Amino acid sequence: MDQTNILIEKKEKEVLVDHFTGRKYKDRLFLSAVIFFSLITISFVFLIIGAMVLKGYHQINWSFFTQVAPDTFTAMMAKSSGQLIPGGIVNGITGSLYLVGLASLIAIPFGVLIGIYLYENSKKRYAAVIRDITDVLQGVPSIVVGLIVYLWVVVHITHGYSVLAGSVALSIMMLPLIIRSTEESLKMIPDTLKEAAIALGTPYYKVILRVLIPTSFSGLVTGILLAVSRILGETAPLMLTTLGNPAINWNITKPVSAVPLLIWQFYNDPNMVDLIWSSTLFLMGFVLILNLLSKWIAAKRRF
Amino acid sequence: MNSDKILKYVLFIASLLILLIAGGMIYSLFRGAIPSFHQFGWKFLISSKWDPTQGREQYGALLFIAGTLFTSILALVIALPMAFSTSLFIGEYFRNTRMAAIVSTFVDLLAGIPSIIYGLWGFYVLRPFIVSIGLSPQGYGIFTSGLILAIMIIPYATSLSNTTIMMVPNELKEAAYSLGATRLEVIWNVILPNARSGITASYVLAFGRALGETLAVTMLIGNANIIPTGLFSTGNTMASVIANQFGEASGLQLSSLIEIGLLLFVITTIINAVGKFIIKKMA
Repeated sequence: MDQTNILIEKKEKEVLVDHFTGRKYKDRLFLSAVIFFSLITISFVFLIIGAMVLKGYHQINWSFFTQVAPDTFTAMMAKSSGQLIPGGIVNGITGSLYLVGLASLIAIPFGVLIGIYLYENSKKRYAAVIRDITDVLQGVPSIVVGLIVYLWVVVHITHGYSVLAGSVALSIMMLPLIIRSTEESLKMIPDTLKEAAIALGTPYYKVILRVLIPTSFSGLVTGILLAVSRILGETAPLMLTTLGNPAINWNITKPVSAVPLLIWQFYNDPNMVDLIWSSTLFLMGFVLILNLLSKWIAAKRRF
Repeated sequence: MNSDKILKYVLFIASLLILLIAGGMIYSLFRGAIPSFHQFGWKFLISSKWDPTQGREQYGALLFIAGTLFTSILALVIALPMAFSTSLFIGEYFRNTRMAAIVSTFVDLLAGIPSIIYGLWGFYVLRPFIVSIGLSPQGYGIFTSGLILAIMIIPYATSLSNTTIMMVPNELKEAAYSLGATRLEVIWNVILPNARSGITASYVLAFGRALGETLAVTMLIGNANIIPTGLFSTGNTMASVIANQFGEASGLQLSSLIEIGLLLFVITTIINAVGKFIIKKMA
Protein backbone atom coordinates (compact mmCIF):
# COMPACT_ATOMS: atom_id res chain seq x y z
CA MET A 1 0.00 0.00 0.00
CA ASP A 2 2.73 2.36 1.01
CA GLN A 3 4.68 1.51 -2.06
CA THR A 4 1.83 2.25 -4.40
CA ASN A 5 1.31 5.57 -2.64
CA ILE A 6 4.93 6.43 -3.18
CA LEU A 7 4.64 5.38 -6.77
CA ILE A 8 1.61 7.59 -7.26
CA GLU A 9 3.35 10.50 -5.64
CA LYS A 10 6.34 9.98 -7.88
CA LYS A 11 4.13 9.93 -10.93
CA GLU A 12 2.40 13.13 -9.83
CA LYS A 13 5.75 14.79 -9.37
CA GLU A 14 6.79 13.77 -12.86
CA VAL A 15 3.61 15.23 -14.29
CA LEU A 16 4.27 18.38 -12.33
CA VAL A 17 7.83 18.56 -13.61
CA ASP A 18 6.63 17.97 -17.14
CA HIS A 19 4.10 20.73 -16.62
CA PHE A 20 6.72 23.25 -15.66
CA THR A 21 9.66 22.40 -17.89
CA GLY A 22 8.15 20.47 -20.73
CA ARG A 23 6.46 21.29 -23.99
CA LYS A 24 3.20 22.51 -22.49
CA TYR A 25 5.03 24.95 -20.29
CA LYS A 26 6.99 26.33 -23.21
CA ASP A 27 3.76 26.66 -25.15
CA ARG A 28 2.17 28.69 -22.40
CA LEU A 29 5.26 30.81 -21.89
CA PHE A 30 5.29 31.66 -25.57
CA LEU A 31 1.64 32.67 -25.54
CA SER A 32 2.28 34.98 -22.60
CA ALA A 33 5.21 36.51 -24.45
CA VAL A 34 3.07 37.09 -27.53
CA ILE A 35 0.35 38.78 -25.48
CA PHE A 36 2.93 40.82 -23.54
CA PHE A 37 4.69 42.18 -26.62
CA SER A 38 1.39 42.85 -28.41
CA LEU A 39 0.23 44.88 -25.42
CA ILE A 40 3.49 46.85 -25.54
CA THR A 41 2.86 47.57 -29.22
CA ILE A 42 -0.61 48.99 -28.68
CA SER A 43 0.43 50.77 -25.49
CA PHE A 44 2.48 53.18 -27.61
CA VAL A 45 -0.72 54.49 -29.17
CA PHE A 46 -2.06 55.33 -25.70
CA LEU A 47 1.24 56.79 -24.53
CA ILE A 48 1.60 59.06 -27.56
CA ILE A 49 -2.01 60.23 -27.78
CA GLY A 50 -2.22 60.52 -23.98
CA ALA A 51 0.83 62.80 -23.83
CA MET A 52 -0.67 64.98 -26.55
CA VAL A 53 -4.06 65.33 -24.89
CA LEU A 54 -2.65 66.02 -21.41
CA LYS A 55 -0.17 68.64 -22.57
CA GLY A 56 -2.21 70.20 -25.35
CA TYR A 57 -5.81 70.63 -24.33
CA HIS A 58 -5.45 73.84 -22.31
CA GLN A 59 -4.18 75.89 -25.26
CA ILE A 60 -7.15 74.93 -27.42
CA ASN A 61 -9.67 77.75 -27.46
CA TRP A 62 -11.49 79.93 -29.95
CA SER A 63 -8.53 82.09 -30.89
CA PHE A 64 -6.49 78.95 -31.57
CA PHE A 65 -8.61 78.49 -34.70
CA THR A 66 -9.05 82.14 -35.68
CA GLN A 67 -5.70 83.86 -35.18
CA VAL A 68 -2.33 83.48 -36.82
CA ALA A 69 0.69 82.20 -34.93
CA PRO A 70 2.20 84.77 -32.55
CA ASP A 71 5.74 86.08 -32.94
CA THR A 72 8.31 84.91 -30.47
CA PHE A 73 8.32 88.19 -28.49
CA THR A 74 4.57 88.14 -27.81
CA ALA A 75 4.83 84.52 -26.75
CA MET A 76 7.70 85.31 -24.42
CA MET A 77 5.80 88.21 -22.79
CA ALA A 78 2.70 86.07 -22.25
CA LYS A 79 4.76 83.25 -20.79
CA SER A 80 6.70 85.45 -18.41
CA SER A 81 3.44 86.90 -17.02
CA GLY A 82 2.03 83.40 -16.64
CA GLN A 83 -0.72 83.65 -19.26
CA LEU A 84 -1.65 81.40 -22.14
CA ILE A 85 0.20 82.21 -25.34
CA PRO A 86 -2.14 84.36 -27.46
CA GLY A 87 -2.88 83.61 -31.08
CA GLY A 88 -3.46 80.37 -32.90
CA ILE A 89 -2.53 78.39 -35.95
CA VAL A 90 -5.03 79.61 -38.52
CA ASN A 91 -2.24 80.38 -41.01
CA GLY A 92 -1.20 76.76 -40.70
CA ILE A 93 -4.73 75.40 -41.02
CA THR A 94 -5.54 77.41 -44.15
CA GLY A 95 -2.13 76.59 -45.58
CA SER A 96 -2.54 72.86 -44.96
CA LEU A 97 -6.00 72.89 -46.56
CA TYR A 98 -4.67 74.85 -49.55
CA LEU A 99 -1.67 72.54 -50.05
CA VAL A 100 -3.58 69.29 -49.55
CA GLY A 101 -6.51 70.52 -51.69
CA LEU A 102 -4.25 71.46 -54.58
CA ALA A 103 -2.26 68.23 -54.23
CA SER A 104 -5.51 66.21 -54.34
CA LEU A 105 -6.63 68.13 -57.41
CA ILE A 106 -3.45 66.96 -59.19
CA ALA A 107 -3.10 63.46 -57.74
CA ILE A 108 -6.69 62.15 -57.65
CA PRO A 109 -7.58 62.42 -61.39
CA PHE A 110 -4.21 61.13 -62.54
CA GLY A 111 -4.10 58.45 -59.87
CA VAL A 112 -7.56 57.12 -60.75
CA LEU A 113 -6.84 57.21 -64.51
CA ILE A 114 -3.54 55.36 -64.10
CA GLY A 115 -5.20 52.89 -61.74
CA ILE A 116 -7.85 52.17 -64.38
CA TYR A 117 -5.12 51.81 -67.00
CA LEU A 118 -3.27 49.23 -64.89
CA TYR A 119 -6.51 47.34 -64.27
CA GLU A 120 -7.47 47.31 -67.95
CA ASN A 121 -4.04 46.27 -69.21
CA SER A 122 -3.00 44.09 -66.31
CA LYS A 123 -1.36 41.48 -68.56
CA LYS A 124 0.73 43.87 -70.63
CA ARG A 125 4.45 44.14 -70.02
CA TYR A 126 4.35 47.92 -70.12
CA ALA A 127 1.69 47.97 -67.39
CA ALA A 128 3.86 45.71 -65.23
CA VAL A 129 6.72 48.18 -65.64
CA ILE A 130 4.45 51.10 -64.68
CA ARG A 131 3.28 49.14 -61.64
CA ASP A 132 6.87 48.46 -60.54
CA ILE A 133 7.84 52.11 -61.00
CA THR A 134 4.79 53.13 -58.96
CA ASP A 135 6.07 50.91 -56.16
CA VAL A 136 9.49 52.53 -56.45
CA LEU A 137 7.88 55.98 -56.18
CA GLN A 138 5.96 54.89 -53.11
CA GLY A 139 9.22 53.88 -51.44
CA VAL A 140 11.06 57.13 -52.16
CA PRO A 141 11.77 58.86 -48.82
CA SER A 142 9.71 62.02 -48.39
CA ILE A 143 12.81 64.18 -47.93
CA VAL A 144 14.08 63.08 -51.36
CA VAL A 145 10.72 64.01 -52.89
CA GLY A 146 11.15 67.45 -51.31
CA LEU A 147 14.65 67.72 -52.75
CA ILE A 148 13.47 66.85 -56.25
CA VAL A 149 10.55 69.28 -56.21
CA TYR A 150 12.91 71.97 -54.94
CA LEU A 151 15.07 71.39 -58.01
CA TRP A 152 12.06 71.33 -60.34
CA VAL A 153 9.61 73.90 -59.08
CA VAL A 154 11.34 76.17 -56.56
CA VAL A 155 14.40 76.73 -58.73
CA HIS A 156 12.89 76.76 -62.21
CA ILE A 157 9.19 77.68 -62.04
CA THR A 158 8.32 79.86 -59.06
CA HIS A 159 11.89 81.06 -58.31
CA GLY A 160 11.32 80.74 -54.60
CA TYR A 161 9.43 78.69 -52.05
CA SER A 162 5.78 78.44 -53.03
CA VAL A 163 2.39 76.81 -52.57
CA LEU A 164 2.77 75.22 -56.00
CA ALA A 165 6.03 73.50 -55.04
CA GLY A 166 4.55 72.16 -51.80
CA SER A 167 1.46 70.80 -53.56
CA VAL A 168 3.51 69.14 -56.29
CA ALA A 169 5.63 67.43 -53.62
CA LEU A 170 2.55 66.22 -51.75
CA SER A 171 0.85 65.08 -54.95
CA ILE A 172 3.90 62.98 -55.91
CA MET A 173 3.57 61.28 -52.53
CA MET A 174 -0.19 60.74 -52.97
CA LEU A 175 -0.07 59.42 -56.52
CA PRO A 176 1.30 55.88 -55.88
CA LEU A 177 -1.12 55.36 -52.99
CA ILE A 178 -4.14 56.31 -55.10
CA ILE A 179 -2.99 54.31 -58.14
CA ARG A 180 -2.59 51.10 -56.14
CA SER A 181 -5.81 51.50 -54.15
CA THR A 182 -7.77 52.24 -57.35
CA GLU A 183 -6.37 49.17 -59.06
CA GLU A 184 -7.00 46.97 -56.03
CA SER A 185 -10.61 48.06 -55.58
CA LEU A 186 -11.35 47.67 -59.31
CA LYS A 187 -9.94 44.13 -59.18
CA MET A 188 -12.54 43.22 -56.57
CA ILE A 189 -15.48 43.89 -58.91
CA PRO A 190 -16.89 40.61 -60.27
CA ASP A 191 -16.21 40.23 -64.02
CA THR A 192 -19.88 39.32 -64.58
CA LEU A 193 -20.96 42.91 -63.88
CA LYS A 194 -18.60 44.23 -66.53
CA GLU A 195 -19.56 41.48 -68.99
CA ALA A 196 -23.26 42.21 -68.52
CA ALA A 197 -22.71 45.86 -69.42
CA ILE A 198 -20.58 44.99 -72.45
CA ALA A 199 -23.16 42.43 -73.62
CA LEU A 200 -25.73 45.21 -73.75
CA GLY A 201 -23.50 47.00 -76.26
CA THR A 202 -22.37 49.73 -73.89
CA PRO A 203 -19.37 51.69 -75.16
CA TYR A 204 -16.33 51.07 -73.03
CA TYR A 205 -15.98 54.57 -71.60
CA LYS A 206 -19.54 54.22 -70.33
CA VAL A 207 -18.73 50.88 -68.75
CA ILE A 208 -15.99 52.62 -66.82
CA LEU A 209 -18.04 55.68 -65.88
CA ARG A 210 -21.35 53.94 -65.13
CA VAL A 211 -20.31 50.49 -63.90
CA LEU A 212 -16.71 50.30 -62.73
CA ILE A 213 -16.40 53.63 -60.93
CA PRO A 214 -19.81 53.56 -59.18
CA THR A 215 -19.38 49.97 -57.92
CA SER A 216 -15.87 50.57 -56.66
CA PHE A 217 -16.67 54.06 -55.42
CA SER A 218 -16.32 53.36 -51.71
CA GLY A 219 -13.01 51.63 -52.36
CA LEU A 220 -11.76 54.65 -54.28
CA VAL A 221 -12.90 57.01 -51.51
CA THR A 222 -11.17 54.87 -48.87
CA GLY A 223 -7.91 54.99 -50.79
CA ILE A 224 -8.16 58.74 -51.32
CA LEU A 225 -8.92 59.43 -47.64
CA LEU A 226 -5.99 57.28 -46.53
CA ALA A 227 -3.69 59.06 -48.97
CA VAL A 228 -4.85 62.46 -47.70
CA SER A 229 -4.36 61.42 -44.09
CA ARG A 230 -0.84 60.26 -44.97
CA ILE A 231 0.26 63.54 -46.50
CA LEU A 232 -1.52 65.80 -44.01
CA GLY A 233 1.26 65.30 -41.47
CA GLU A 234 4.17 65.39 -43.92
CA THR A 235 6.73 67.91 -42.78
CA ALA A 236 10.10 67.17 -44.33
CA PRO A 237 9.15 67.74 -47.99
CA LEU A 238 7.34 70.98 -47.08
CA MET A 239 10.44 72.35 -45.35
CA LEU A 240 12.22 72.17 -48.69
CA THR A 241 9.37 73.47 -50.82
CA THR A 242 7.05 75.96 -49.07
CA LEU A 243 9.14 76.93 -46.03
CA GLY A 244 6.37 78.63 -44.02
CA ASN A 245 4.66 81.99 -43.74
CA PRO A 246 3.63 84.00 -40.66
CA ALA A 247 0.49 85.27 -42.42
CA ILE A 248 -2.36 83.67 -44.33
CA ASN A 249 -1.48 83.46 -48.01
CA TRP A 250 -3.56 82.49 -51.06
CA ASN A 251 -0.98 83.38 -53.72
CA ILE A 252 0.14 80.19 -55.43
CA THR A 253 3.65 81.45 -56.14
CA LYS A 254 4.36 82.59 -52.58
CA PRO A 255 5.33 80.55 -49.51
CA VAL A 256 2.60 79.29 -47.23
CA SER A 257 2.53 77.75 -43.79
CA ALA A 258 1.09 74.37 -42.80
CA VAL A 259 0.21 72.83 -39.44
CA PRO A 260 3.22 70.45 -39.40
CA LEU A 261 5.52 73.28 -40.46
CA LEU A 262 4.21 75.41 -37.59
CA ILE A 263 4.85 72.54 -35.19
CA TRP A 264 8.44 72.37 -36.42
CA GLN A 265 8.76 76.14 -36.00
CA PHE A 266 7.34 76.01 -32.45
CA TYR A 267 9.72 73.17 -31.63
CA ASN A 268 12.69 75.27 -32.64
CA ASP A 269 11.56 78.29 -30.58
CA PRO A 270 11.82 77.83 -26.81
CA ASN A 271 9.10 80.45 -26.19
CA MET A 272 6.48 78.61 -28.21
CA VAL A 273 6.75 75.19 -26.56
CA ASP A 274 3.21 75.42 -25.14
CA LEU A 275 1.73 75.75 -28.60
CA ILE A 276 3.41 72.54 -29.84
CA TRP A 277 1.10 70.15 -28.08
CA SER A 278 -2.17 71.85 -28.96
CA SER A 279 -1.10 71.94 -32.62
CA THR A 280 -0.12 68.26 -32.63
CA LEU A 281 -3.41 67.45 -30.91
CA PHE A 282 -5.27 69.25 -33.68
CA LEU A 283 -3.24 67.57 -36.43
CA MET A 284 -3.59 64.13 -34.85
CA GLY A 285 -7.34 64.62 -34.39
CA PHE A 286 -7.71 65.48 -38.06
CA VAL A 287 -5.61 62.51 -39.22
CA LEU A 288 -7.45 60.19 -36.84
CA ILE A 289 -10.89 61.25 -38.08
CA LEU A 290 -9.86 60.68 -41.71
CA ASN A 291 -8.43 57.28 -40.79
CA LEU A 292 -11.52 56.14 -38.92
CA LEU A 293 -13.78 57.50 -41.65
CA SER A 294 -11.93 55.48 -44.27
CA LYS A 295 -12.08 52.37 -42.07
CA TRP A 296 -15.82 52.87 -41.63
CA ILE A 297 -16.39 53.23 -45.38
CA ALA A 298 -14.19 50.21 -46.05
CA ALA A 299 -16.16 48.12 -43.56
CA LYS A 300 -19.44 49.07 -45.21
CA ARG A 301 -18.42 48.46 -48.80
CA ARG A 302 -19.36 45.36 -50.75
CA PHE A 303 -16.73 45.34 -53.50
CA MET B 1 -11.92 58.09 -83.95
CA ASN B 2 -14.46 56.50 -81.65
CA SER B 3 -14.88 57.12 -77.98
CA ASP B 4 -13.26 53.87 -76.90
CA LYS B 5 -10.07 54.74 -78.75
CA ILE B 6 -9.99 58.20 -77.18
CA LEU B 7 -10.41 56.63 -73.76
CA LYS B 8 -7.57 54.23 -74.39
CA TYR B 9 -5.28 57.09 -75.41
CA VAL B 10 -6.27 59.18 -72.38
CA LEU B 11 -5.47 56.30 -70.02
CA PHE B 12 -2.18 55.59 -71.78
CA ILE B 13 -1.11 59.24 -71.69
CA ALA B 14 -1.91 59.42 -67.98
CA SER B 15 0.34 56.43 -67.38
CA LEU B 16 3.22 58.32 -69.00
CA LEU B 17 3.16 60.69 -66.01
CA ILE B 18 4.65 57.96 -63.84
CA LEU B 19 7.54 57.47 -66.27
CA LEU B 20 8.00 61.22 -66.44
CA ILE B 21 8.19 61.62 -62.66
CA ALA B 22 10.53 58.68 -62.15
CA GLY B 23 12.76 59.61 -65.08
CA GLY B 24 12.84 63.25 -64.03
CA MET B 25 13.75 62.29 -60.49
CA ILE B 26 16.72 60.22 -61.53
CA TYR B 27 17.83 62.82 -64.08
CA SER B 28 17.64 65.74 -61.63
CA LEU B 29 19.40 63.88 -58.84
CA PHE B 30 22.25 62.86 -61.14
CA ARG B 31 22.55 66.34 -62.65
CA GLY B 32 22.50 68.01 -59.25
CA ALA B 33 25.16 65.65 -57.95
CA ILE B 34 27.61 66.22 -60.82
CA PRO B 35 29.63 69.12 -59.25
CA SER B 36 30.12 67.15 -56.07
CA PHE B 37 31.05 64.02 -57.99
CA HIS B 38 33.58 65.95 -60.09
CA GLN B 39 35.18 67.34 -56.95
CA PHE B 40 35.30 64.25 -54.75
CA GLY B 41 34.69 61.28 -57.05
CA TRP B 42 34.24 57.94 -55.35
CA LYS B 43 36.03 59.26 -52.27
CA PHE B 44 32.68 60.84 -51.38
CA LEU B 45 31.50 57.40 -50.30
CA ILE B 46 34.43 56.55 -48.03
CA SER B 47 35.29 59.93 -46.55
CA SER B 48 33.59 61.02 -43.35
CA LYS B 49 34.75 64.63 -43.35
CA TRP B 50 31.90 67.12 -43.58
CA ASP B 51 33.24 70.64 -43.45
CA PRO B 52 31.24 73.49 -45.00
CA THR B 53 33.75 76.22 -44.03
CA GLN B 54 34.36 78.54 -46.98
CA GLY B 55 37.71 77.93 -48.69
CA ARG B 56 38.37 74.44 -47.37
CA GLU B 57 35.09 72.78 -48.17
CA GLN B 58 35.28 69.02 -47.85
CA TYR B 59 32.37 66.64 -48.07
CA GLY B 60 32.03 62.91 -47.54
CA ALA B 61 28.97 60.80 -46.91
CA LEU B 62 30.33 57.86 -44.94
CA LEU B 63 29.30 59.08 -41.49
CA PHE B 64 25.74 59.70 -42.67
CA ILE B 65 25.54 56.33 -44.36
CA ALA B 66 26.83 54.70 -41.17
CA GLY B 67 24.33 56.62 -39.00
CA THR B 68 21.43 55.70 -41.29
CA LEU B 69 22.34 52.01 -41.33
CA PHE B 70 23.00 51.84 -37.57
CA THR B 71 19.69 53.45 -36.58
CA SER B 72 17.68 51.43 -39.10
CA ILE B 73 19.24 48.09 -38.19
CA LEU B 74 18.74 48.82 -34.49
CA ALA B 75 15.14 49.78 -35.22
CA LEU B 76 14.57 46.50 -37.01
CA VAL B 77 16.09 44.50 -34.14
CA ILE B 78 13.92 46.28 -31.55
CA ALA B 79 10.79 46.09 -33.69
CA LEU B 80 11.23 42.37 -34.39
CA PRO B 81 9.79 40.86 -31.16
CA MET B 82 6.92 43.33 -31.03
CA ALA B 83 6.00 43.06 -34.70
CA PHE B 84 6.28 39.27 -34.69
CA SER B 85 4.17 38.92 -31.55
CA THR B 86 1.57 41.32 -32.85
CA SER B 87 1.24 39.49 -36.14
CA LEU B 88 0.90 36.15 -34.31
CA PHE B 89 -1.69 37.75 -32.03
CA ILE B 90 -3.74 39.02 -34.99
CA GLY B 91 -3.04 36.25 -37.48
CA GLU B 92 -2.94 33.10 -35.36
CA TYR B 93 -3.80 33.15 -31.66
CA PHE B 94 -6.80 35.45 -31.78
CA ARG B 95 -7.59 35.43 -35.49
CA ASN B 96 -11.05 36.63 -36.49
CA THR B 97 -11.92 37.65 -32.95
CA ARG B 98 -12.93 41.05 -31.67
CA MET B 99 -9.62 41.30 -29.79
CA ALA B 100 -7.65 40.87 -33.00
CA ALA B 101 -9.75 43.53 -34.72
CA ILE B 102 -9.07 45.97 -31.89
CA VAL B 103 -5.33 45.29 -31.89
CA SER B 104 -5.13 45.65 -35.66
CA THR B 105 -7.02 48.96 -35.50
CA PHE B 106 -4.44 50.23 -33.01
CA VAL B 107 -1.58 49.10 -35.20
CA ASP B 108 -3.20 50.99 -38.10
CA LEU B 109 -3.39 54.07 -35.88
CA LEU B 110 0.32 53.71 -35.19
CA ALA B 111 0.88 53.86 -38.95
CA GLY B 112 -1.27 57.00 -39.18
CA ILE B 113 0.68 59.08 -36.67
CA PRO B 114 2.80 61.64 -38.56
CA SER B 115 6.60 61.46 -38.29
CA ILE B 116 6.88 64.84 -36.59
CA ILE B 117 4.58 63.72 -33.76
CA TYR B 118 6.78 60.69 -33.15
CA GLY B 119 9.73 63.05 -33.03
CA LEU B 120 8.08 65.35 -30.48
CA TRP B 121 7.00 62.44 -28.32
CA GLY B 122 10.51 61.04 -28.50
CA PHE B 123 11.98 64.41 -27.59
CA TYR B 124 9.66 65.33 -24.72
CA VAL B 125 8.71 61.93 -23.30
CA LEU B 126 11.14 59.21 -24.38
CA ARG B 127 14.36 61.23 -24.14
CA PRO B 128 13.79 62.41 -20.53
CA PHE B 129 12.86 58.82 -19.65
CA ILE B 130 16.14 57.52 -21.06
CA VAL B 131 18.02 60.19 -19.14
CA SER B 132 16.19 59.35 -15.92
CA ILE B 133 17.04 55.66 -16.02
CA GLY B 134 20.65 56.65 -16.54
CA LEU B 135 21.24 55.15 -19.99
CA SER B 136 22.66 58.32 -21.47
CA PRO B 137 23.36 61.80 -20.03
CA GLN B 138 21.55 63.82 -22.73
CA GLY B 139 19.24 61.18 -24.10
CA TYR B 140 20.19 61.88 -27.71
CA GLY B 141 21.75 59.31 -29.96
CA ILE B 142 21.51 56.10 -31.93
CA PHE B 143 19.56 54.22 -29.28
CA THR B 144 16.80 56.81 -28.81
CA SER B 145 16.32 57.28 -32.54
CA GLY B 146 16.40 53.53 -33.13
CA LEU B 147 13.70 53.06 -30.51
CA ILE B 148 11.43 55.68 -32.08
CA LEU B 149 12.05 54.25 -35.56
CA ALA B 150 11.18 50.80 -34.22
CA ILE B 151 7.75 52.01 -33.05
CA MET B 152 7.22 53.75 -36.40
CA ILE B 153 7.96 50.65 -38.50
CA ILE B 154 5.98 48.10 -36.45
CA PRO B 155 2.83 48.63 -38.58
CA TYR B 156 4.78 48.09 -41.82
CA ALA B 157 6.41 44.96 -40.42
CA THR B 158 3.11 43.51 -39.20
CA SER B 159 0.60 44.21 -41.97
CA LEU B 160 2.07 41.80 -44.54
CA SER B 161 3.13 39.22 -41.92
CA ASN B 162 -0.48 39.02 -40.66
CA THR B 163 -1.86 38.08 -44.02
CA THR B 164 0.82 35.51 -44.82
CA ILE B 165 0.44 33.89 -41.40
CA MET B 166 -3.32 33.72 -41.94
CA MET B 167 -2.83 32.22 -45.39
CA VAL B 168 -1.09 29.08 -44.09
CA PRO B 169 -3.49 26.24 -45.00
CA ASN B 170 -5.55 24.87 -42.10
CA GLU B 171 -4.99 21.26 -43.21
CA LEU B 172 -1.26 21.55 -42.48
CA LYS B 173 -1.87 22.92 -39.02
CA GLU B 174 -4.55 20.30 -38.26
CA ALA B 175 -2.21 17.52 -39.35
CA ALA B 176 0.41 18.74 -36.89
CA TYR B 177 -2.14 19.08 -34.08
CA SER B 178 -3.39 15.55 -34.71
CA LEU B 179 0.15 14.29 -34.15
CA GLY B 180 0.02 15.89 -30.72
CA ALA B 181 1.94 19.06 -31.43
CA THR B 182 1.45 22.03 -29.13
CA ARG B 183 0.53 25.39 -30.56
CA LEU B 184 4.09 26.65 -30.21
CA GLU B 185 5.34 23.63 -32.13
CA VAL B 186 2.77 24.26 -34.84
CA ILE B 187 3.88 27.89 -35.10
CA TRP B 188 7.54 26.93 -35.20
CA ASN B 189 7.38 23.91 -37.50
CA VAL B 190 4.37 24.61 -39.73
CA ILE B 191 3.45 28.29 -39.81
CA LEU B 192 6.94 29.82 -39.86
CA PRO B 193 8.36 27.66 -42.68
CA ASN B 194 5.24 28.33 -44.75
CA ALA B 195 5.00 32.05 -44.08
CA ARG B 196 8.75 32.65 -44.07
CA SER B 197 9.08 34.61 -47.27
CA GLY B 198 6.11 36.88 -46.51
CA ILE B 199 7.42 37.67 -43.06
CA THR B 200 10.93 38.33 -44.40
CA ALA B 201 9.54 40.58 -47.11
CA SER B 202 7.57 42.64 -44.60
CA TYR B 203 10.67 43.20 -42.47
CA VAL B 204 12.70 44.18 -45.51
CA LEU B 205 10.05 46.72 -46.52
CA ALA B 206 9.90 48.04 -42.94
CA PHE B 207 13.69 48.44 -43.03
CA GLY B 208 13.30 50.47 -46.22
CA ARG B 209 10.86 52.75 -44.37
CA ALA B 210 13.29 53.26 -41.52
CA LEU B 211 16.09 54.30 -43.88
CA GLY B 212 14.18 57.28 -45.21
CA GLU B 213 12.62 58.63 -42.03
CA THR B 214 13.63 62.20 -41.48
CA LEU B 215 12.22 64.43 -38.77
CA ALA B 216 11.72 61.96 -35.93
CA VAL B 217 15.37 60.97 -36.27
CA THR B 218 16.59 64.55 -36.74
CA MET B 219 15.05 65.51 -33.40
CA LEU B 220 16.65 62.64 -31.50
CA ILE B 221 19.97 61.62 -32.99
CA GLY B 222 21.92 64.65 -31.81
CA ASN B 223 23.06 65.71 -35.29
CA ALA B 224 26.75 65.31 -34.54
CA ASN B 225 28.87 64.75 -37.63
CA ILE B 226 30.73 61.72 -36.34
CA ILE B 227 30.62 58.01 -37.11
CA PRO B 228 28.64 56.52 -34.22
CA THR B 229 30.87 54.60 -31.84
CA GLY B 230 28.28 52.78 -29.76
CA LEU B 231 24.62 52.39 -28.89
CA PHE B 232 24.42 55.66 -26.99
CA SER B 233 26.72 57.65 -29.25
CA THR B 234 25.29 60.58 -31.18
CA GLY B 235 25.47 60.69 -34.95
CA ASN B 236 23.65 61.89 -38.03
CA THR B 237 21.70 60.31 -40.87
CA MET B 238 21.44 60.95 -44.60
CA ALA B 239 17.86 62.18 -44.40
CA SER B 240 18.44 64.45 -41.44
CA VAL B 241 21.54 66.15 -42.82
CA ILE B 242 19.50 67.08 -45.89
CA ALA B 243 16.70 68.46 -43.70
CA ASN B 244 19.10 70.38 -41.48
CA GLN B 245 21.44 71.94 -44.00
CA PHE B 246 19.38 72.30 -47.15
CA GLY B 247 17.99 75.71 -46.22
CA GLU B 248 21.32 77.52 -46.13
CA ALA B 249 23.26 75.37 -48.58
CA SER B 250 24.50 76.51 -51.97
CA GLY B 251 27.17 75.59 -54.49
CA LEU B 252 29.26 72.58 -53.63
CA GLN B 253 27.43 71.93 -50.35
CA LEU B 254 24.06 71.86 -52.11
CA SER B 255 25.45 69.49 -54.71
CA SER B 256 26.85 67.22 -51.98
CA LEU B 257 23.46 67.17 -50.25
CA ILE B 258 21.84 66.23 -53.57
CA GLU B 259 24.38 63.45 -53.97
CA ILE B 260 23.40 62.19 -50.50
CA GLY B 261 19.77 62.34 -51.66
CA LEU B 262 20.72 60.29 -54.70
CA LEU B 263 22.46 57.72 -52.49
CA LEU B 264 19.43 57.53 -50.22
CA PHE B 265 17.18 57.09 -53.26
CA VAL B 266 19.36 54.28 -54.62
CA ILE B 267 19.63 52.47 -51.27
CA THR B 268 15.90 52.60 -50.47
CA THR B 269 15.00 51.56 -54.02
CA ILE B 270 17.30 48.53 -53.81
CA ILE B 271 15.89 47.52 -50.42
CA ASN B 272 12.31 47.92 -51.66
CA ALA B 273 13.10 45.97 -54.81
CA VAL B 274 14.48 43.11 -52.71
CA GLY B 275 11.28 43.12 -50.61
CA LYS B 276 9.06 43.14 -53.70
CA PHE B 277 11.15 40.39 -55.27
CA ILE B 278 10.61 38.13 -52.25
CA ILE B 279 6.85 38.79 -52.43
CA LYS B 280 6.78 38.01 -56.14
CA LYS B 281 8.65 34.75 -55.66
CA MET B 282 6.17 33.81 -52.96
CA ALA B 283 3.08 34.36 -55.13
